[in-house]
Amino acid sequence: MSELITIFLLFFKMGAVTFGGGYAMLPILRREIVENHRWMDEETIMDYYALSQGLPGIIAVNVSVFIGYKRKKAPGAFAAALGVVSPSIIIITVIALFLANFKDNLYVRHALAGISVCVAALILDAVLSMWKKGVKDKFGIAICLVILALSVFTDISPILLVVACALLGIGKKSLDSKGSSGSGKEAAK
Amino acid sequence: MIYLKLFWEFLKIGLFAVGGGMATLPFLQRLSVQTGWFSQDLITDMIAVSESTPGPIGINMATYVGCNIAGIPGGIIATIGEVLPSVIIVIIVSKSLERFRNSPYVGSAFYGLRPAVTGLIAAALIGVLKVAVFNFAAFQASGALPDLFDLVKLALFAAFFVLIRKFKKHPIVYIAAGAVLGLVLQL
Repeated sequence: MSELITIFLLFFKMGAVTFGGGYAMLPILRREIVENHRWMDEETIMDYYALSQGLPGIIAVNVSVFIGYKRKKAPGAFAAALGVVSPSIIIITVIALFLANFKDNLYVRHALAGISVCVAALILDAVLSMWKKGVKDKFGIAICLVILALSVFTDISPILLVVACALLGIGKKSLDSKGSSGSGKEAAK
Repeated sequence: MIYLKLFWEFLKIGLFAVGGGMATLPFLQRLSVQTGWFSQDLITDMIAVSESTPGPIGINMATYVGCNIAGIPGGIIATIGEVLPSVIIVIIVSKSLERFRNSPYVGSAFYGLRPAVTGLIAAALIGVLKVAVFNFAAFQASGALPDLFDLVKLALFAAFFVLIRKFKKHPIVYIAAGAVLGLVLQL
């Protein structure tokens, strides 16, 4: 039970300090899950992002549910989901009902401008760290750069890109293992 | 029974909107047209408020719309409706991941997926940079290159990046500093 509360509070915190979408949550997620709690490694979190991108729903919620499930099965999944949405429900309700001109407030706009500069720097730091952990060979470099270019310059759906890259990964690995006979994965089994 | 209908409509959005919070936007626009529960003007407000408050944008938008349709319970019901399908789907996917953990195909798929996610997040970063650090909109309007650069923001961005790399403090520390500096420098 106590770990469920920890999961809820952790994701509550995440929801309360994230500005922007699911990717803006990544720097805080890494800090809390990988470094502070040591629940899983950075690669696992990247895998969850990849899967979340291709599944229905909000990416931030999907990633939270994956992590919650990994810790404490279905109860952990629900604790994480409730945690990450609760701050939004509270904050947005207050604003929608009582602060009609919140978004036009000058102080709010200055503070937000400062926060977004900071968030950009945090995401850059996260991208560099992911590059180090997840892009390990020429194949990875090619995939990463092509996906970056396609996402910036075309309207191709990210879901399509994610599915294509999963298939490319499978294709590349099976071509590789044709060259060398026994694969390491089977031996580990 | 407005609450039941609200729950049903957001359940459908949660089930069919693939690709994150902004992917729910077209569904919300359609909901406005089809039900007349809220006006198109509200959608602009919704985006502005959702982007300027903490929390995932998709959740903020659902709560905002629900709240405007049916008060406090409306906001809660809309949000839960939108989240429920993905909770169930992610649990199912997690279960099958456990089962196929030793399959070489899963490992190979992730071998392709990790660099892809890095590319996707780098693309998201460029989107953020265009708005937060560079004046991309002003540059597009005027076509004059100097309009693209806001030196104060660029310096702040560089300073944050160096501090993040050097001191590795909790991101919240930097975010709070960003808010204070935004107020002081009148960004």
